[in-house]
Amino acid sequence: MAREATPATEPLRVVGRAIPRHDARDKVEARTLYAADWQMPGMLHGAVLRSAYPSARIRRLDVSRAAALPGVAAVLTARDVPRNVLWTDVPGQTSEVGPLRARLVLLADGVVRYQGEPVALVAAETPEVAQRAVEAIDVEYEPLPGVFDPAAALAPGAPRVHEEGNLLARWQIRCGDVERALERADVVIDTTYRCQMVDHAYLEPEAGVAWVDADGVLTIRASTQVIEHFRDVAEVLGVPHNRVRVIAPYVGGGFGGKEDVTVEVFLGLLAWRTRRPVRMVWSRQESLLARAKRHPFVLRYRTGAARDGTLVAQRIELLGDAGAYAYLSALVLLYATVTACGPYRVPNAEVQARVAYTNNPPTSAMRGFGAMQMVLGYESQMDQLARRLGLDPVEVRARNALHKGDRLPVGQQIETRVAVIEAARRAWAGLGPRVAPRTPHHRVGRGLACNIQPYGRIVWLHDWASAWVGIEMDGSVVVRAGVPDIGGGQASALCQIASEVLGVEPAQVAIHIADSALTPLAGTTTATRQLYMSGNAVLAAARELRARVLEVAARLLEAPPGRVELREGAAVAPDGRRVALAQVMKECARLGVPRSHLGVYHAPAGDPVDLARGGRVFPDYTFGAHAVEVEVDTETGAVAVLRHVACHDVGRAINPQSVEGQIQGGAAMGLGYGLLEEVVVEAGVNLTTSLGTYLVPTALDLPDVEPVILESGDGKGPFGARGIGEPPVGPPAAAVANAIEDATGVRITELPITPERVARALGLLESPAPGRA
Amino acid sequence: MSTPSAPSGSLHAVRVTVNGRPEALRVPARRTLLQVLREDLHLTGTKEGCGVGTCGACTVLVDGRAMLSCLVLAVQADGRTVETIEGLSRDGALDPLQQAFIAHDALQCGFCTPGQVMALRALLRATPHPSLDEIRRAVEGNVCRCGAYPRIQQAALEVARAAEGYR
Repeated sequence: MAREATPATEPLRVVGRAIPRHDARDKVEARTLYAADWQMPGMLHGAVLRSAYPSARIRRLDVSRAAALPGVAAVLTARDVPRNVLWTDVPGQTSEVGPLRARLVLLADGVVRYQGEPVALVAAETPEVAQRAVEAIDVEYEPLPGVFDPAAALAPGAPRVHEEGNLLARWQIRCGDVERALERADVVIDTTYRCQMVDHAYLEPEAGVAWVDADGVLTIRASTQVIEHFRDVAEVLGVPHNRVRVIAPYVGGGFGGKEDVTVEVFLGLLAWRTRRPVRMVWSRQESLLARAKRHPFVLRYRTGAARDGTLVAQRIELLGDAGAYAYLSALVLLYATVTACGPYRVPNAEVQARVAYTNNPPTSAMRGFGAMQMVLGYESQMDQLARRLGLDPVEVRARNALHKGDRLPVGQQIETRVAVIEAARRAWAGLGPRVAPRTPHHRVGRGLACNIQPYGRIVWLHDWASAWVGIEMDGSVVVRAGVPDIGGGQASALCQIASEVLGVEPAQVAIHIADSALTPLAGTTTATRQLYMSGNAVLAAARELRARVLEVAARLLEAPPGRVELREGAAVAPDGRRVALAQVMKECARLGVPRSHLGVYHAPAGDPVDLARGGRVFPDYTFGAHAVEVEVDTETGAVAVLRHVACHDVGRAINPQSVEGQIQGGAAMGLGYGLLEEVVVEAGVNLTTSLGTYLVPTALDLPDVEPVILESGDGKGPFGARGIGEPPVGPPAAAVANAIEDATGVRITELPITPERVARALGLLESPAPGRA
Repeated sequence: MSTPSAPSGSLHAVRVTVNGRPEALRVPARRTLLQVLREDLHLTGTKEGCGVGTCGACTVLVDGRAMLSCLVLAVQADGRTVETIEGLSRDGALDPLQQAFIAHDALQCGFCTPGQVMALRALLRATPHPSLDEIRRAVEGNVCRCGAYPRIQQAALEVARAAEGYR
């Protein structure tokens, strides 16, 4: 790894060190109890009956045969759900977001709108009986015409997925005079790109156990990114919010797929009805069939530039597929709209974005959340522009890159350093000397792609996080934070921050996470926000606690309060005299000084913005650049990525090892997106419901991604950190497409870049491309 | 729901040694080794990621060879020796592979980790000093969606390069 040395504003002992993760030992010993590993006495097993049709009326639904099977404890349909419609604000948020609210039907009520939509729930003594009961439910469907393409959905006379029509959301941005600027541009690049639907495909399928605990509190221990779903479960059951508790054990991968409710509500309904513990574990097939996925988009970009490569205008039209239910589609489209011009100065810009309902699987949050899909558009355009004008790919980006203080087309001013140019140069240089093609029919080429990705939630949401930090009587430290850890080292980073501030070793910090009843709420582990938000909350709590402890310690040491330090589990005077933290705690107890503190961090807040008029949308952004070298087999169209250098400015790397892991992992997911993965849906029928047909990259498919960490120190997180969870997934696909043109001269505009697509572009195949579903 | 066993009338006697401990079980013919390990023996370290042999999360050693326990029927394990991730650390001491995984941060969510470790253990038992290419091939069937592949390979290489070999 390469790491940019930056002068620290304060000497740091623990932050910035590549220490073993807090959760690593349990995970390598497999002591971590994931959601499906939990068993309880008398536990029932839950199962879901799902629609076989993408669009149909339910003419008859008869559960009597199923309910009569021995060992079946409950069979529930829409009529058994106290409140069957969930109005989902942004998950986990307490402020309403008005037009972004989405209606979600929990169990199909008379109509099914996508294949795999839940129709009924079963709880039974064994998984086998539950499955038999699901199969014994009699459903008579009347297939209805469906619509399976967003453009077709918006055409007049299209079948309506919902009564209110198929246009789910639309956003637009306008700045300057695009028409005029495009007319006057020396060169205009006009291309339409398509990106596909993909799945999160985390290794741990959706799972959980629910039971009614003491005092009638419904407790749900589930694999989720959002413990605040306790509110949704309470609303569905019609019980007070304080009677539902959600616990998130360590999650076996989330990537946005466990942001919306999955098993939580179903488990709650079954446990509440049966008054027995219930476990529900979705199969891989179920997960791939029915859980919300990443939005496919059609992106039309027209980019105008001057002869020297300076951008003068961009007109962008976006059309996304929301599938059958809204989930977070309106927000995903907002992210796409705001970032559609990339990390560049575009003086005249227009973005018209729409997302439409179809009878395809629903789409919602996935790592990169709309912003990542745009990278294919803006970075293909930059490369095509460079090629047309004979400019160096790094140079054309450097000429147009945003700088601190510039405004995005939406009108938001960038308040922190924009390291796009540096990242592009570092990534490009990191490729090293060019590799020679192996055979005469191989071609080698290089591609670059930069990106902009928000971290933290939309400022209208008035986002906040709280965390509790305390010191025990023996001097050991406890952190409590309602943070689901989905594998990004969320809990570990918080330990490291508390350890830094309170002067104890990280191993002496215990952390309790993600229990909506017992840990202060921290908001969701989504939107690249946990290190930023909860990191700041822990920092605030630990600093307040330190200030109090130092005051008491200074008295014990008879030293000036401003000169005493906490280190190695002790308070240390300037002359080296020390008193153990345990001793200071005793003194705090004697004096009645609190030994804990609840820290709260409020993100920058703002009012809802009419994008067309403009304003601030996100707290801040993370910037980066990836460079790849690919080898294309011009006889088969096969593409191999030989080298991949991924560079991001993370502000400050709290744990460089974890940051590297995030960058490498994001790049791996981005390469899978670019080269392999696609949820293939034909007339609403999902053809990729196993990992045998839905291709996730393996150890043999990927190069060793080389992470390069830049530390500008200029971020809004703790110690100047920026978020890095989502950003690295954005650039790889566009970088590969750019490298393929460099190698072969052909431009691929559709993902995934399969050998067949490349072969077609190279003219190797004579038959026409099959029509898109 | 996770892959259920088909209904079955009769039970079959299975004697199997798991992590050095002899177990005598009575199982339906269709019950998989994975189900027996997780549900009957409460060895939940072995994970189910797909149930149909496409992800590698359920990898265990059967008579020293890496196998996907979701594709092995419990009755097929009769008379055999099974090793799971729980058998690796003894008396609080970690296996060299486990140590290397921690040192190289070769995991994120950790769900694929037991399968990765067991697949590499089988390789290192058979080939004490494997090459990087042999390592990649040994874990090609173990999906890591967090993308920790390079770090997993580096961890395995460190163990492979140890002069004393792998125990």
